[in-house]
Amino acid sequence: MGLEDLYREIILDHYRSPRNRGELPPPAHRVEGFNPLCGDEVVLTIEVDDEGMVKDLKIGGQGCSISQSSASMMTAAIKGKSAAEAREFIEAFKTMMSIHSKELGDDEHGELDQIDPDLDLGDLEALKGVVQYPVRIKCATLGWNTLTQALDELSA
Amino acid sequence: MGLNVSEIKKDFPVLGQTVHDGRRIVYLDSANTSQKPQSVIDAMGRYYETINANVHRGTYKIAEEATNAMEGARGRVATFLGANSSRELVFTKNATESINLVANTWGRSNLNEGDAVVLTMMEHHATIVPWHMVAAEKGIELRWIPLTADGQLDLTDIDRLVDGAKLVSFTAMSNVLGTINPVERLTEIARSAGAMSLVDGSQHVPHLATNVAELGADFFVFTGHKMLGPTGIGGLWAQEETLDAMPPFLGGGEMILNVTTEGFTTTEIPWKFEAGTPPIAEIVGLGAAVDYLTAVGMDEIRQHEVELTGYALRTLHDRFGDDLTIHGPAEPASRGGVMSIQFKDIHPHDLTQIMDQNGVCLRAGHHCAKPLMKALGANATARASLYLYNDEADIDALGDALEASGEFFDF
Repeated sequence: MGLEDLYREIILDHYRSPRNRGELPPPAHRVEGFNPLCGDEVVLTIEVDDEGMVKDLKIGGQGCSISQSSASMMTAAIKGKSAAEAREFIEAFKTMMSIHSKELGDDEHGELDQIDPDLDLGDLEALKGVVQYPVRIKCATLGWNTLTQALDELSA
Repeated sequence: MGLNVSEIKKDFPVLGQTVHDGRRIVYLDSANTSQKPQSVIDAMGRYYETINANVHRGTYKIAEEATNAMEGARGRVATFLGANSSRELVFTKNATESINLVANTWGRSNLNEGDAVVLTMMEHHATIVPWHMVAAEKGIELRWIPLTADGQLDLTDIDRLVDGAKLVSFTAMSNVLGTINPVERLTEIARSAGAMSLVDGSQHVPHLATNVAELGADFFVFTGHKMLGPTGIGGLWAQEETLDAMPPFLGGGEMILNVTTEGFTTTEIPWKFEAGTPPIAEIVGLGAAVDYLTAVGMDEIRQHEVELTGYALRTLHDRFGDDLTIHGPAEPASRGGVMSIQFKDIHPHDLTQIMDQNGVCLRAGHHCAKPLMKALGANATARASLYLYNDEADIDALGDALEASGEFFDF
């Protein structure tokens, strides 16, 4: 188990060149997320149209390579999807994080297709190495928890 | 005479361990928790193996010995702190519980709406949150002593800040900046203003000779696990008349004189504040920890840490120049061996992750001091902290690990 499993090239690429970085102006919905362990803060701004489509979303704030790249990949995956599809992505991603965390000590990464055969997480699969480093799971899920909160607030 | 660190290292079993395919552990996180010498581990094991029994109750032999072991440790810890009597020392779970004890007993019975409590911008959350909680209930005002650019308390406006205040609460040494605060001066300022003082000694007691009688605080709190002792044991020191005047904290066994269907009366201090069966083995372990520190010598430990901090500041600045920021006072004599660092633009979590691959243990995060982090303009830092078992080779390993991190994130 080496660092290259954690810091995959695609992760470093999203860290160096984050996608959808910044903040959308009002009336975009704005939610702040905190990682109490390290003090990282993200700001997610999102626009969902009347058909429930995520028209645009951006991520601002500060964080480590794992939290920033995960959030960057998340925006790329979610933009243009429906809110319902976004929630499926959230579920699949969190399952990837938690299923493996239950298998700590097991060097095998397990099979993603056990989770949801129809959903392709794409680049996000690069983050599955994170589960070997339990303390970093909260970094990887920071943006996703913030998105969940935003979607909950928008549908309330 | 410097410390014989290579011999001292042998007393700490964890320091002989390896991680990540044979790398020796370079432990630089003692401000978080210290390693434990074999003598502390053995003292706790011996207690369980030979005299385990509840204290202050049993009339049989081993119960008496358990009580003696616990109260003997209280006496040695009190002496180590410079207390006049072991009655002045209340055992708690840690410094956090000690501060909550003061806030809930002295605070809730003495503070009223409009009263002010003065804190500093370099406090640990343990000194901040209990007073926020009292403020939410009582409507007290919190005032904040600001910092200078080099991480010292800025006392230029102190007279106005303490005017009319009921309590001044501050750390003796910052867990982020390493700054050693002028404790005697601040307790005197508080006293002159008619305020009580509460000093957080968590980072001070393990590293500098501490004499509570001379420091002049009304309340002094500390934790055992940062001073070679086990987790789960800490303490509150206050003068007997102060403790006598305070209402009890937790209610239960051990803290009572009498209980009826109508009510209860409390027993004498310090047991009045120690409801329930105490952490006896941990108290015994803490006693062994102060024995160890006393045998090495607190002045020798301080001298060693000043020299090693100076070595670290000098060599790391030489190696990395402007790529490396070390927060806090520049002069080793005005600080402890706590160094919060920022290196290039590498996030502290990423930095410490790479360092871990080199066996180097640092803490990354806000160090439970978010208001200070905001003042520093950072969400987080990586923190290296030294103790008596660290040497120049450990600092060199820190430098090598920084270099490796810089190469990994070179983009």
